[in-house]
Amino acid sequence: MVPLDPPAAKKLTKKDFTSDQEVRWCPGCGDYAILAAMQRTLPELGATREKSVFISGIGCSSRFPYYMDTYGFHTIHGRAPAFATGVKLVNPELDVWLITGDGDGLSIGGNHLLHVLRRNVNVQVMMFNNRIYGLTKGQYSPTSLVGLKSPSSPMGSIDAPVNPLAFALGANARFVSRGIDTMIKPLSGLFKEAHAHKGTSFIEILQNCPVFNDGTWTHVTAKDISDDLQLWVEHGKPLLFGKDKKKGLVLTGEEVKIVTVGENGITEADVTVHDETNRAMAFALAQLLAPEYPMVFGVIFRDPGPAYDEGVVAQVAEAVERNGEGDIDALLRSGHTWTVE
Amino acid sequence: MDTPVSQDVTRKTLESVVIRFAGDSGDGMQLAGTQFTQTSAVAGNDLATFPDFPAEIRAPAGTLFGVSGFQLHFASKEILTPGDDPDVLVAMNPAALKVNLEEIPTGSFIIINSGAFTKSNLKKAGYETNPLDDGSLEAYRVLSIDISRLATAAAEPSGVGAKSALRTKNVWTLGLLYWLFDRDRTSTTQWLKQKFAKKPELAEANIAALDAGHAYGETAELPVGVELYKVPKAKLPGGTYRNIEGNTALAWGIAAAAKLSNTQVMFGSYPITPASSVLHALAPLKHFGVTTFQAEDEIAAVCSAIGASWAGAVGVTSTSGPGMALKGEAIGLAVMIELPLVILDVQRAGPSTGMPTKTEQADLFQALYGRNSDAPLCVLAPKSAGDCFTMAIEAVRIATKYMTPVIVLSDGYIANGAEPWSIPNFADLPKIEVQHHTETEDFHPYIRDPETLARVWPVPGTPGLEHRVGGLEKDFKSGHISYDPENHHKMTQVRAGKIMGIADDIPEQDVEIGESSGKLAMVSWGSTYGAVNEAVRRARADGKDVSQVHIRYMWPMPRNLEALLSKYEQIIVPELNAGQLVKVLRSEYLLPAQSLPKVAGRPFRVGEVLDAIDEALAGKESN
Repeated sequence: MVPLDPPAAKKLTKKDFTSDQEVRWCPGCGDYAILAAMQRTLPELGATREKSVFISGIGCSSRFPYYMDTYGFHTIHGRAPAFATGVKLVNPELDVWLITGDGDGLSIGGNHLLHVLRRNVNVQVMMFNNRIYGLTKGQYSPTSLVGLKSPSSPMGSIDAPVNPLAFALGANARFVSRGIDTMIKPLSGLFKEAHAHKGTSFIEILQNCPVFNDGTWTHVTAKDISDDLQLWVEHGKPLLFGKDKKKGLVLTGEEVKIVTVGENGITEADVTVHDETNRAMAFALAQLLAPEYPMVFGVIFRDPGPAYDEGVVAQVAEAVERNGEGDIDALLRSGHTWTVE
Repeated sequence: MDTPVSQDVTRKTLESVVIRFAGDSGDGMQLAGTQFTQTSAVAGNDLATFPDFPAEIRAPAGTLFGVSGFQLHFASKEILTPGDDPDVLVAMNPAALKVNLEEIPTGSFIIINSGAFTKSNLKKAGYETNPLDDGSLEAYRVLSIDISRLATAAAEPSGVGAKSALRTKNVWTLGLLYWLFDRDRTSTTQWLKQKFAKKPELAEANIAALDAGHAYGETAELPVGVELYKVPKAKLPGGTYRNIEGNTALAWGIAAAAKLSNTQVMFGSYPITPASSVLHALAPLKHFGVTTFQAEDEIAAVCSAIGASWAGAVGVTSTSGPGMALKGEAIGLAVMIELPLVILDVQRAGPSTGMPTKTEQADLFQALYGRNSDAPLCVLAPKSAGDCFTMAIEAVRIATKYMTPVIVLSDGYIANGAEPWSIPNFADLPKIEVQHHTETEDFHPYIRDPETLARVWPVPGTPGLEHRVGGLEKDFKSGHISYDPENHHKMTQVRAGKIMGIADDIPEQDVEIGESSGKLAMVSWGSTYGAVNEAVRRARADGKDVSQVHIRYMWPMPRNLEALLSKYEQIIVPELNAGQLVKVLRSEYLLPAQSLPKVAGRPFRVGEVLDAIDEALAGKESN
């Protein structure tokens, strides 16, 4: 018998994390790039196949676990956070990645996403946001823009969209970030940052659905404009963007102003420096939408706190410490008893 | 028989007594009832209780809908029900009298707190004249006492405020009842000291009220017709006993199962009446290998339990009817993936929100069929509070052995009602064999045991067993996703066949009382056990040809059930719903079973079942 997972001596590669299942996403789907980024990143993280777990809900993105040669659980629509919580409470050692989409995570599963974030269960949440329902053939989603024409909104959607980053920040998430499907290198970097963070890490991934909502992000991702409309934040660095990094953001009170370094007496020192521990700043940055403003990417907010699963395990340990291992006979006889001869 | 007691009083010996305590939901009636229960247990009586309280936590004082009740049946013989009609009613205010009087047989004994019969309270209860003065209670033996004033007077010297002093009126009443029924005050006195350990003045005030109520009985001239009683010890089988409520028993059964299986339990739950106390009972048992998780909703509760089972623990969740409805999709996933899962459904009156604090057995169909598509699973129903312990363990055994969800159908009546329970020894309980799969060779997650058809239980973290599962149909041979039509047909049959095979692993159906054939079988399930048992006993004592068949395994049903039931000329199924088990028996076995439905939010009265027996047998004879 050949062990499938030989001792640590052998370095795992992308191939080791690729399952034998044929990938069934549409040609050109953004999910392919995200999958490749993940399969490439795990070996670099020193992850093992047996301890890596992918848990998903329902939707196109939620097929993801089938393509990873790790442990995988394709659950029901919107509930992946609850399954993941149960898994972590039993075995906090498992490295759990939660895969969801804008419909799965913010519509049917909005409640569970809120609670996994505020509890701070130690999992990584990857939300593929293509602003459309793909698997059910193209209805508008909770992140679709007002006016979107779809089979269920022939006159244009009148639903005000939800902002995933603002939602996560409002839920008191302690790690909030954003990436782009086709920009594999920065995405892989985000996976690593998310993985290193203890507690729930939230990653919104702008993802293209070539069949039902093609080009929904091109106003941010297209090569010719991307420099001006993408701001990749870094903690302690000024909020600069543009081809020559001459454009900057100045955050004053409730206002966000775009300035140009070298014009009107503006110097780099005038540009606001990113503080990833400042929730108010993160909230302001999360609101910025192209093309009026650049959209922010990278780790926008990070402020580690106690992880829920560790707290639960600690309470169990404390209970054993205080009371010893439970004794059923003593339990059944606790309180008032009497004897009949 | 009249028994002389201390001083010059005599006590009449009774075989059994039913007392109903009734008052405002803030009057402490549940507490008075529980204390009388405990004291009667110590005195050696068999007993059964029925707490009946409103859904409002503190309903407006004095209103009809705010009346809280606690019925206690104690006896010197074996009893299984909280009794049909009260012999004694304690009414702490006009509303309590009004709500309960209809069910009090004339000639019964009513203790009334006249201090609460004020103009405003009478008005709130809808009385135009004061029933204490207008002669409307002439058919009863009434003991009308200003308990409010007497309790306050007894308690105030302890230095508590007037409000706290007045609140001792329930304990004062308890003292009087202890005198009337010759009960020892020691157990309650100790309990009060413990309860108010941090507020000794409250302990003192309550004990003073208890003693004052007792002294009142000793010294006051009791009106003509009020007698003193005693109820001798019951002959219970030897052993150590305690009082137990169904929800506590469920929780302790789950904790015991964790130990017996040497497997961690992850209990994910969301508060819902009347199931919440299962979570309360398990939350302090973390050192028993039980992790509890209060989820954000019913769906998350069951999903967390399923996630836990997938990770190698025994996932358990608890709920009531509306929560069951929400959990349906996730339970279907557990059926599809084939994972152990225990769902404790403490049923309540519905549909929808219904009457949350009232009992019903109307989730049987939901348990059997309440999921999309063909999603069979195992359903058990404990017959009493004590049986909840046994069936919780049985649920874990079946769930882990067959890799299947198991639903345990308890109900509000056995959840909150107490009964004396002969405590088992842990060493005598059967061990539960749990095996996580470790063999990597030729592994796929749907390798089945050829006997039980249960699939293997591979656990994340195990090298070499990496696999993906989900709600999509899977190939019988490889466990991979499959849309093959014939495979789906086969898998549907495999899932059903696995569940039906459990019938080989459970006890055959026995006859609870009576013969294995005859004129009439009363087929009970769940909490109707006690009332039907008592009714069948009484009918048989009258020479009637009637037997009781009580089902605890609702699905799959015992192998011999059809053969057994077909030997009776008539079958009646009394159940607290509009007729569910009766339809299952008719559809499964083509048996001419008749329904005796009751949907009143209350358990059967023995008399109701007895009437049905009489009618069925009379009808048969006249044919």
